[in-house]
Amino acid sequence: MSLDIGVWIGALLTLGIFSFLYRDNPFYKLCESIFVGVSAGYWFCVFFFDNMVRKFYFGVFPSEAGIEPKYFLIVGAVLGALMLTRLIPSIGWISRWPLSFIVGATAGLYMMLFFVSNGLNQVADTMLPLYRETAGGDFDPAETLGTILVFIGTFTGLIYFFFSKEHKGLFGGAARVGIFFLMVTFGAAFGYTVMSRMSLLIGRMDFLFRDWLGLLG
Amino acid sequence: MTTGVIFTLVVIGGALAYFAWRSLRGKEIDRRLIFLVIGATVALPLIFPLEFEHQPSPLVERIYERIEALPPGSQILLSYDFDPGMAPEVQPMADVITRHVLARGHRIAFMSLWATGQAQLNQTLNNVIPVDFPEAEIERDWVNLGFKAGNEGVLRVIASDLPKMFPTDVEGRPTAGMPALEGIRSAGDFDLVISFGGGKPGPREWILFVADPTGVDFAAGTAAVSAPELYPYYPNQMLGLMGGAKGAAEYETAFMGQYEQFADMPSPGRRIMGPLTMAHIVILALIVLGNVIYFRSRRERGTA
Repeated sequence: MSLDIGVWIGALLTLGIFSFLYRDNPFYKLCESIFVGVSAGYWFCVFFFDNMVRKFYFGVFPSEAGIEPKYFLIVGAVLGALMLTRLIPSIGWISRWPLSFIVGATAGLYMMLFFVSNGLNQVADTMLPLYRETAGGDFDPAETLGTILVFIGTFTGLIYFFFSKEHKGLFGGAARVGIFFLMVTFGAAFGYTVMSRMSLLIGRMDFLFRDWLGLLG
Repeated sequence: MTTGVIFTLVVIGGALAYFAWRSLRGKEIDRRLIFLVIGATVALPLIFPLEFEHQPSPLVERIYERIEALPPGSQILLSYDFDPGMAPEVQPMADVITRHVLARGHRIAFMSLWATGQAQLNQTLNNVIPVDFPEAEIERDWVNLGFKAGNEGVLRVIASDLPKMFPTDVEGRPTAGMPALEGIRSAGDFDLVISFGGGKPGPREWILFVADPTGVDFAAGTAAVSAPELYPYYPNQMLGLMGGAKGAAEYETAFMGQYEQFADMPSPGRRIMGPLTMAHIVILALIVLGNVIYFRSRRERGTA
């Protein structure tokens, strides 16, 4: 069993969080509050020292001679300070200015890149010849089948989301095939989510058995 | 098969049989009992290790083959964009890739877009490099650029000017003239970029802001929950993908199979696949059981 106080604290907090699975209790609430408080404190310190001290303060007032001060950072600092006006209801509307700047800048930053990476490139990768060949020029049945499935899945999936025409007859049949592909996609996503959550549980169990109890070699 | 493994299978099988018996008799199962069984399903295979064979999938194999194909001395950027929550799945990938890259004689630039990624990166720097590669020299073989706040803004800058964003490494040493970054002007100059993560910013942002605009070879190691949304980028916008603990286990298998000196290295990815597989089997069984009960009760309601 570990003699490290840090490991003991981690183990007791882990057990405290797990205790919620039995029922809500004060030990769980204590652990939850500690988690929220420590997280908030950690992120505050990280962002304060990285952004306010390292980036802004040393950017405007360089500690070494010969480095040009970056006065444009003051604009960002002022916009950041304006966000705090939300705390004063009478002038809270001013906080919309920096928010609109963030929304506008983010939209501008993403717009073209999204259009190229998630639009044009994705469409290009879907529009492939249905007959696929290996590098040696022979027929590749696996790739061909994969490409046909991608084509059918994309086409029928789009039909399902086309609501300007009633889903009846051949159109309705295609939409039903589209639903089938969507369900397979959701199923795969669910399977991966289970895998992720179980990995997290295994990580905590591994910590308890290995680091705390010393049961594993 | 050891006694411990038989005990594990008996406990899990017995629990499932009890659930089936209770459900088919129309009695409820206390959800706390299900939690307990899931806990036992995960704990027992950890205590009595249950191992399975792993074959690298094409998505993982392409990353492995790419690192193998690069000439020694190539420069690879590894970005740790994850937190302790993703660590059980992603840290094993990061560690084994670091081993592979250094074993091939390549140079590494480490960085992080997540503040918590720096602590995860330190685990690799403390547990992998000094232990397995004591001869590897900082600045010559690897450099730690550290965490930089700014998310997509950081990627936007390093796509065109890496030294502007990282004039120094994490300990304040000037990066100019470092052999590990020789000839690197932008992220596009690396021979390969790999992002380990699953949140935002993560692999998707790397594709949008760096891989697609610069054309650099890019691969990702991601938490399983984020893997489905990255599949559409394979194979043209992303050369390979390690999804969850399974991806880590596959990469470890490929690496340990080829590099005999690492045959006995810690392989956390493979180790957690035993409990993970058992947990999946139990959850699948519970889903099947739930559906059987649902359809049975619906039929009974219909006939009533």
